[in-house]
Amino acid sequence: MAEFIQIIVSGLAAGSIYALAAVGFTLLWQASQTINFAQGEFVMLPAFFVLVGMTVFGLPLWPSVALALALSLLILGVAFKRLIVEPMLPHGTLPLVIATISLGLLMKESVKEFYGATAQPFPAIFPQTVYEIAGASVSMQDIGNLVVSMLAIGSLQLFLNRTRTGRCMQASAQNPAVAEILGVNVKRMVLYTFLINAGLATVASVLISPIYLAKFSNGETLGLVAFIAAIVGGFNQIRGALVGGLLIGVIDNLSAVYISAQYRSAMPLLLLIAIILLRPQGLLGTSEGRTV
Amino acid sequence: MIRKLITTTAMVLALGAMPALAELKVGSIVELSGPGAAAGTNFRDGVKMGFEEINAQGGILKEPVKVLEYDSQTDPQVSRAMVQKGIDDGIYAIMGTVFSSSTVVNMLVARQAGIPQFTGSEAPSIVAMKNPYIFRTAFGSQKGVPKLAKYMSETMGLKKVGVAWANTEFGKGGHKAFVDAMKAANIEIVVDVPSEQAQADFSADVLKLKGSTAEAFFIYYTEEESARFLREARKQGLNKPLLGETTLIGHKVIELAGDAANGAMGHVGLTPDADIPAVKEMVERFKTKFKYTPDHNAIKGYTAAWTLKYVTEMVGKPDSKAIAEKLHGLKLTAKEHPGVLMDMSWDDTGEMSRESFVVKVENGKQVVQAVLPPN
Repeated sequence: MAEFIQIIVSGLAAGSIYALAAVGFTLLWQASQTINFAQGEFVMLPAFFVLVGMTVFGLPLWPSVALALALSLLILGVAFKRLIVEPMLPHGTLPLVIATISLGLLMKESVKEFYGATAQPFPAIFPQTVYEIAGASVSMQDIGNLVVSMLAIGSLQLFLNRTRTGRCMQASAQNPAVAEILGVNVKRMVLYTFLINAGLATVASVLISPIYLAKFSNGETLGLVAFIAAIVGGFNQIRGALVGGLLIGVIDNLSAVYISAQYRSAMPLLLLIAIILLRPQGLLGTSEGRTV
Repeated sequence: MIRKLITTTAMVLALGAMPALAELKVGSIVELSGPGAAAGTNFRDGVKMGFEEINAQGGILKEPVKVLEYDSQTDPQVSRAMVQKGIDDGIYAIMGTVFSSSTVVNMLVARQAGIPQFTGSEAPSIVAMKNPYIFRTAFGSQKGVPKLAKYMSETMGLKKVGVAWANTEFGKGGHKAFVDAMKAANIEIVVDVPSEQAQADFSADVLKLKGSTAEAFFIYYTEEESARFLREARKQGLNKPLLGETTLIGHKVIELAGDAANGAMGHVGLTPDADIPAVKEMVERFKTKFKYTPDHNAIKGYTAAWTLKYVTEMVGKPDSKAIAEKLHGLKLTAKEHPGVLMDMSWDDTGEMSRESFVVKVENGKQVVQAVLPPN
């Protein structure tokens, strides 16, 4: 039982970070029909901004995190929207997908070139305390990761549902033409979405890097897992991405412990195939009709 | 008189027309990116420093050595292509690769071309293929693991152990050597956990180990994987002894894992913390030059460079085939050949022997517990 509790807690902690990245997928899709295949690299990069703050500018951890957040909002939010998405979007989804794949490669290779190919140690955000709960060792890091991720996603959900700006963002996502007629500044709402995605990526990066270590190739795994999580949960629902992320985290751990560690990475893919066959809109997603 | 003048003039003209002796080219083919970058970068820098010192002392056979660097990307197929590229570029010896999964593939290309290859790989399969051109720079896990097994059995008195290993060519070799050694030492393996290459999340692996009745665990991953594992082990409160080879307690692992590396023990063929003056001096020069502490891979690369110099000069010419033949059964002593730092020898398979060390990580530093003789 203790082992099972520990598997679930570890799975939820990892899954909650996947969920942060997966929510970014759904946000951008809803706001601008953008499938961002550089999302994994969006999570990889802020960790290096933090390290630059600490090693180059000699800042303590938290000011470095603030610096990373500012740079992420600027580069992964504003610049990404202005320089990649806006020029490419009129050409359709496919060119934009290719552009984001290229952007991911550029980010990865740039980090490798400027910061090095080897993994870098990343400071722990939470104390290294371990608690014994019903015989299971639960670390402060796992609890912290889970709580911070849930708070971030919960706050986003509240912001979208309970504030005027949030509702304007939803309106812009659902029907930009009607939203514009009703006086919503759609362009600004889309920009907010990109900024939120950059913010969530920074949070995910700071949470996951003490575990994964900061490395240029981290985005490969994270991007794939987050993409699967978004599809499993429902690409057009934030709560779907949350459920998808948590589910993948728990299934990954359960399959590694109880089935086979060698085939653990196959399990999320099997789940993905099952979802696409049985419920293409995802667990919590809604069906969307599109002209093709 | 005129005849003498004509002869002299002809000789001068002939000598002038002869091309200058070409510089010797050596290929440094290592993992500069991908999961093996930590190990590969150290090896590359060791090779680089070795040849810079050799050139500063007049080169090999009084010719300067040019090191051509290639990135294998930790990809066996890329490494194979890079070895071929190096051969096409005219190299007469190869330094690398470090990852066994790459070496088992690319060494066939070097063999076909008859180019001696100094590898940092430690998988037993590397020297089991009867390749006359492959030479280790550190002994294989089939030689190292039995030494550690003896320590686990006789000094620690263990009866039940667990093993966590990377399911790669490198990991398979170490795993097999460990399983065989445990069988010989009559120690039961109660949990056996393979993982994927470059795995990032080790929570499930640690959980499996933690749930077992093992008294200690043998951990056999690459440096970056080891660091992630140690962090996770600390996070989950896995407080039983963790033992491994060089890749568990190397300097890169200690840097990446931080406090989580403390307490880990390992058997290492090479350590910058060895109480050997030549090694300590080399480490200091390396730190001054590259601004980081070298690990065992840097020492492997450095000694490989010097080995090539000594053997080439013994042969008297940069003849790749003759160098490979000379290396089989050769012993180089540190007294006569200071560049090798410690006495080392190679058998007829290219396997090497050298003294080794049992170390424990204490306060972020390797502390040598015992020196083991060559086997």
